[in-house]
Amino acid sequence: MMISNLTKKRVHDYLLEGKRENRGLLDYREIEIETGISKNAEGSARVKVGNTQVVAGIKLDVTEPYTDHEDEGTLITTLELLPLSSPRFEAGPPKIEAIEMARIVDREIRESKFIDFKKLCIKKGEKVWGIFLDIFSINDDGNLLDAAGIAAVAALRDAKMPKYDEKEDRVKYGELTSKNMPLNKETPIILTFHKIGNKIFIDPGQEEEEASEGRISFGFLNGDINACQKGNDAPLELKELSEILDIADKKAKEMSEKIEKIIEKALKAREDKK
Amino acid sequence: MQNKINMAYTKRFDGRKFDETREMKAEIGIIPNADGSAMFAFGDTVAIAAVYGPKIMHPQHAQDPKRGTLRVVYDMLSFSVPERKKPGPSRRSQEISKVTEWALSPVVNLDEFPNTVVDVQIMIFQANASTRCAGINAAALALAHAGVPMNDLVSSVSVGKIDETIVADVIKEEEDYEEGEGATDIATAFTSNSGKLTLLQLDGKISAKKLNEAVEKARDACKEIYELQKKTLKEAKE
Repeated sequence: MMISNLTKKRVHDYLLEGKRENRGLLDYREIEIETGISKNAEGSARVKVGNTQVVAGIKLDVTEPYTDHEDEGTLITTLELLPLSSPRFEAGPPKIEAIEMARIVDREIRESKFIDFKKLCIKKGEKVWGIFLDIFSINDDGNLLDAAGIAAVAALRDAKMPKYDEKEDRVKYGELTSKNMPLNKETPIILTFHKIGNKIFIDPGQEEEEASEGRISFGFLNGDINACQKGNDAPLELKELSEILDIADKKAKEMSEKIEKIIEKALKAREDKK
Repeated sequence: MQNKINMAYTKRFDGRKFDETREMKAEIGIIPNADGSAMFAFGDTVAIAAVYGPKIMHPQHAQDPKRGTLRVVYDMLSFSVPERKKPGPSRRSQEISKVTEWALSPVVNLDEFPNTVVDVQIMIFQANASTRCAGINAAALALAHAGVPMNDLVSSVSVGKIDETIVADVIKEEEDYEEGEGATDIATAFTSNSGKLTLLQLDGKISAKKLNEAVEKARDACKEIYELQKKTLKEAKE
């Protein structure tokens, strides 16, 4: 949409030959994570993957549980593709692209059991903690979904529970306890694979993303797939799926260890600053 | 404790074989006003679909001067689920609409109809899991019934990993299964003849190897669905 057909063809032909700017088809760009970027959020993070940048924030509130999960906290995930992050995005309510990304992040966080929702119950059937996970794009240079997944995890890891005055039934915003959120030790990640011809590649830049012929995203935690979404209308051969699954299995382990380390480093840097 | 050890999912709630779908029903031409229409049911899950078009695309700025556009809307009737669904689009229904569009568009050829749209409306009448798959099967039939140029049909089924067992055509009780490894729900769709994957979504917990196996089982189930779709279209013609 944004790049000319000429550029698209050039990027396409390069990828077909396995060529990319300074990296291999299965190499990720450099990932930078900073936590605690917003004072008023219970948790927050900024994630850069190359020139792509997203931020995520956590707000907590006391709310009623869902009737079918009376002893569990709730999670609402939103993702907005801000017009400030790309000329591609327009103002207004989230369009399908943003809705899809939000739902994939939500699915991975939920299905991987990364959050122990039972521990967010205050009074069964009446009061539980509700988590708002809000993600915004700041600069789009491709692969926003994977970056959003990282930002979500980093922000949740960064979050502290706020004080809650049971008598007044009021959350005392601004007064955080030292309690972390009840989270799994393992790090869930989202990995999106793209294809051009018979070549499979990850972490596309914006031009590469535009040239991509098909994509499929997996949410992983500890070697298991918890979420999956084939995007776009390009069909996938079964043998291509097998090939991608083989690569994904190995790559997920490597990436989640790497991301875990970077998040740990960011959290520590934040502690040291205090 | 002794009982709990043997909790593996060895028998399905409704007594079906692991690779057996629920009783399927399909019917063509259920909505006379539409250019094409169909109903498709997996047991208690009933979807209806109507196709209108090709017709001039409105709004005009959405027109594609090169080819026609396929536009899908999926939704559920408010009383199709145990707890009333608020009428109108939700984030869930918008996502399903989009993945359904992606699942169907590889077989639809609208090159000869620039600036037009083919509208596919899917409504879930009654829900007991696998609604998006029933919707896709109904929509594929409705598109064929409308005479929209297609190079293949699309067949769709959900497969599940319930504890460690792979099953075809998941029902609600299986989706909610919590023993052992719990439930992983996988929605798939294939081009019916050429067997290419056009929909893959999952939530739950599954290894890459097992997912591969599940998708192959889904492909087998879709062959059966295709037979029913073909039979339904042939009978309607007579």
